[in-house]
Amino acid sequence: MNFMNFFARRGETASVAKNRLQILLAHERTGDGSDAKLISQLREDILEVVRKRMNIDPDAVRLEMDRSGDITTLGIDIELPQTKN
Amino acid sequence: MSKATVVVVTSGKGGVGKTTSTAAIASALAKEGFKVCAIDFDVGLRNLDLIMGAERRVVFDLVNVVRGEASIKQALVRDKKLNNLYLLPASQTRDKDALTDEGVASVINELRMYFDWIVCDSPAGIERGATLAMRYADEAIIVSNPEVSSVRDCDRIIGLLDAKTVVAEEGGRMPKHLMITRFDPERAKNGDMLSVDDVVEILSVPLIGVIPESKDVLKASNVGLPVTLSDEESPASKAYVEAVQRLLGEDLPVTIPTEKKGLFGKLFKGRAA
Repeated sequence: MNFMNFFARRGETASVAKNRLQILLAHERTGDGSDAKLISQLREDILEVVRKRMNIDPDAVRLEMDRSGDITTLGIDIELPQTKN
Repeated sequence: MSKATVVVVTSGKGGVGKTTSTAAIASALAKEGFKVCAIDFDVGLRNLDLIMGAERRVVFDLVNVVRGEASIKQALVRDKKLNNLYLLPASQTRDKDALTDEGVASVINELRMYFDWIVCDSPAGIERGATLAMRYADEAIIVSNPEVSSVRDCDRIIGLLDAKTVVAEEGGRMPKHLMITRFDPERAKNGDMLSVDDVVEILSVPLIGVIPESKDVLKASNVGLPVTLSDEESPASKAYVEAVQRLLGEDLPVTIPTEKKGLFGKLFKGRAA
């Protein structure tokens, strides 16, 4: 938000736009949709490892990806089941 | 059963502001506290992710879900600012035929369980993507510019809404709302642009809002924020928020917010942040 405001206030939203497009298009031009497949597989692999130790609901697993320039990060949030009372 | 409302944002013609309007309406609804999901039906040419600033975080898409390659929950991208606003992106790598009627039906049915509002961003045209975007809607927002080709295409879309939707096939009448975008009050006053009344009269659809032409819309898309989030003081943003009030059933007269160009406006050009 602050970052966006910084540019917006200085009338430089166009440079934000250019930067966003460059990142996006660089990805889209090389991408062949294999991302989704890879991440699906990773998800299954990780789930399997976690399942060795505890029961988890497959729906309680969230994947978040962020591509920013040179780096792509993948975050996996797993909601752990309540410990028994 | 859930009380979710599915609304399609449609127009027939491209470039009139469907995606901008979808993002603005969805985020205005979310700001009201509703759980909202915006769906991009423009398979092959998605852009709602870019307008909502979520393009770097898309992993799965509508086609993955329709084909059973990902669950809906995996495909939903949560908005960075509003945690009750989600995006279901279109696929960028397939064509429109990747969507099936049954697939879309089951996606919408499942989303109805999780959300209060589901806003479907229709692609331009009258092909499969557009007809599937409207097929399971409960209400339609028809977006038109005050311009002849746009109005004509809206008329065609109105015909489809009354023939090819589940509501219509079951003998009901699809509730429709007309949203006029890129309106320039000055030019309409001079008679160089169709007036709001002209468009309403020709299409015979009740007006839900008039969005003035505004520089803030491009600025918002540059930074990847719906205009209703990027600049609440913008005339376009105010017009969208008012339209959403009407969508929620409030009886507000339609006004046309304009940029203040008086001496006061000139002296205090910068807006409070």
